[in-house]
Amino acid sequence: MDNIKNIIESLLFVSDKPLKIEQIKIVLEEAETKEIRNALSEMMEEYDTRKSSFYLSEVANGFQLRTRPEYKKWISRLIQPSPFRMSSAAMETLAIIAYRQPIIRADIEHIRGVDSGGIIRNLMEKKLVRVLGRKDIPGRPLIYSTTKHFLELFNLKNLKDLPSVKEIAELKDLANIEDPTE
Amino acid sequence: MSNEIYKIKMDVFEGPMDLLIHLIRKAEVDIYDIPIALITSKFLSYIDWMKKMNIDFAGDFLVMAATLTQIKSKMLLPVHEGDEDEDPRMEIIRPLDEYLHMKSVAEQLYQRNLLGQDTFIRKSDNKDFLPHDGDEIIQVGLFDLIDAFQKILDKIPAEHKIDLTSDRISVQDRISEIVNILEEQGSVIFTEIFSDNCTKNEIIVTFLAILEMIKLSLIQAVQHIQTGIIRIFYL
Repeated sequence: MDNIKNIIESLLFVSDKPLKIEQIKIVLEEAETKEIRNALSEMMEEYDTRKSSFYLSEVANGFQLRTRPEYKKWISRLIQPSPFRMSSAAMETLAIIAYRQPIIRADIEHIRGVDSGGIIRNLMEKKLVRVLGRKDIPGRPLIYSTTKHFLELFNLKNLKDLPSVKEIAELKDLANIEDPTE
Repeated sequence: MSNEIYKIKMDVFEGPMDLLIHLIRKAEVDIYDIPIALITSKFLSYIDWMKKMNIDFAGDFLVMAATLTQIKSKMLLPVHEGDEDEDPRMEIIRPLDEYLHMKSVAEQLYQRNLLGQDTFIRKSDNKDFLPHDGDEIIQVGLFDLIDAFQKILDKIPAEHKIDLTSDRISVQDRISEIVNILEEQGSVIFTEIFSDNCTKNEIIVTFLAILEMIKLSLIQAVQHIQTGIIRIFYL
């Protein structure tokens, strides 16, 4: 197909959720999955070379057109987004759930050393965390995991896309050098 | 009274871990080589200070104080040659290390290009993506849901008996299953959630799951004005 990229681009344009390859495949019955994948990666490069205002982001197991961070100043003037408010305690809890999922509340609290029930509820209200089920141990505690919205918000391809422990360690070393005390 | 007299600079700590990290940083020591006596006494004096300031603090702080004191006393015991006991301080170093890891991960997550802050997508009202463009939909109330539920109950064969011995599915498990369906499809017709030959028990659990999910605002139920079909949307 000659115009496969244009077709996919039009689909990306109207979709408000990250578009999965399988979804594109349903629309483009005649195209091979490989063809779609290739078209997507070519498009990614094209947006980059063209330095257009938006780019094709691989996020939450799908693809989505997103504006480049450079233009946030002007976009914010237009739509005035509500500021992202997350306490460091909430970010910590979210990070623990993201890295250690599936996880029960007791394990989260073991790491943080402090009651985390309210924060978890809050994260659930923000749709960043969900209940996956119950663990088959006494008390049948709830098991928590992160949501698709979590991936979308933090611009992550999938859970494997989370920075690895090694990268984190490097970051930590860096932080120690720059800020040995306070 | 001048305000200046009462100028108190106070660091508020989320929990004992936070306080411990603060004390270690302030003492400028390596977390892998904590001078346990020093840190323990600082920790205890901080607890005293909190008591004096009438700050409520949770038992977590006392647990940490006890752990530190225990490590301190273990350190005082002579180590015999051939003993392969690990450094008693590892008991506190390991959780500290993990906690610090998580703190830096959290910071790193925070610095990503956040959707709605740094990067934006085309916003469209969910309604545009409903099936049958242009059709009107209304929000479904509790009673419409109950009516729909009654219809499903009516569909089960009369001779169907509830088997009390079989494994029963919990509401929580059902919520998880429904979330899985919705993550896959985005939306589902109300009646499709109920399989054709499910037991009364399953139907009730499924219905409770839906009510619970609406309460948690995980989903939204909308009804088509003409056909009366109720559709569940994942929010």
